Amino acid sequence: MLNTINKSPFERASLDSFLRTAPKGTPVLFLEDGVYAVTKNTSLAAAMAAIAKDHAIYALGPDLKARAIGDDRVLEGVTVVDYGGFVDLVVEHGTVQSWL
Amino acid sequence: MSEDMEGSFETEGVHKQFMFLNRKAPYGTIYALEVLEMILISAAFEQNTNVVFMDDGVYQIRKGMDTKPVNMKNFSPTYRILEAEKEDADEDPDAEMKWRLIVEKESMEARGLTPEDFIIEVEVLPAKQVGELMAEMDVILGG
Repeated sequence: MLNTINKSPFERASLDSFLRTAPKGTPVLFLEDGVYAVTKNTSLAAAMAAIAKDHAIYALGPDLKARAIGDDRVLEGVTVVDYGGFVDLVVEHGTVQSWL
Repeated sequence: MSEDMEGSFETEGVHKQFMFLNRKAPYGTIYALEVLEMILISAAFEQNTNVVFMDDGVYQIRKGMDTKPVNMKNFSPTYRILEAEKEDADEDPDAEMKWRLIVEKESMEARGLTPEDFIIEVEVLPAKQVGELMAEMDVILGG
């Protein structure tokens, strides 16, 4: 199962809800305003590093670019994918849970 | 509409696992009502149905709402239809579907609520068990 998060972690508790429920190993893709979670030097950076130990973390490249988040500002361990990569993740993992 | 198109809506003998995940409070946005309508419509297809209330979604099924002062329709009694669907599925030996009405424990406790506060009878499950159930689903629809 693939989980996606499309809201900023500074505005919504979606990231917390994902962490509370998702079994270890559940991959998560950040998109739209969700991509602010994978940026460096935020108050969440340490928490995100801990999350990366239990979950594969992906972020949607076009949404990073739209928000002026360059590759050098993306946290270590985050895999940036394009729209085709998003489709591949859905095909690979089947059911999707969107944390709106 | 072609016969092929009609055929694509055939659901007899199909039994998938559906989860409807309610995560928003009832009146501030349209999410709660939309998900409720989605559940009611899907009930016609007799699939395995798991309705989950978590985060502010637990507020949807609080007892004692009085929406007259805000001029909005109180749609909370409609959740009792879900309870009736569950009872029908439980009592009909021929029914090949199962209904579960679930509240996520952590969200309920964080908001100072107990099962007695709800308009319907629910199973209270810890978040990790909700997550495990989620992983077993064929389809998850939420709001």
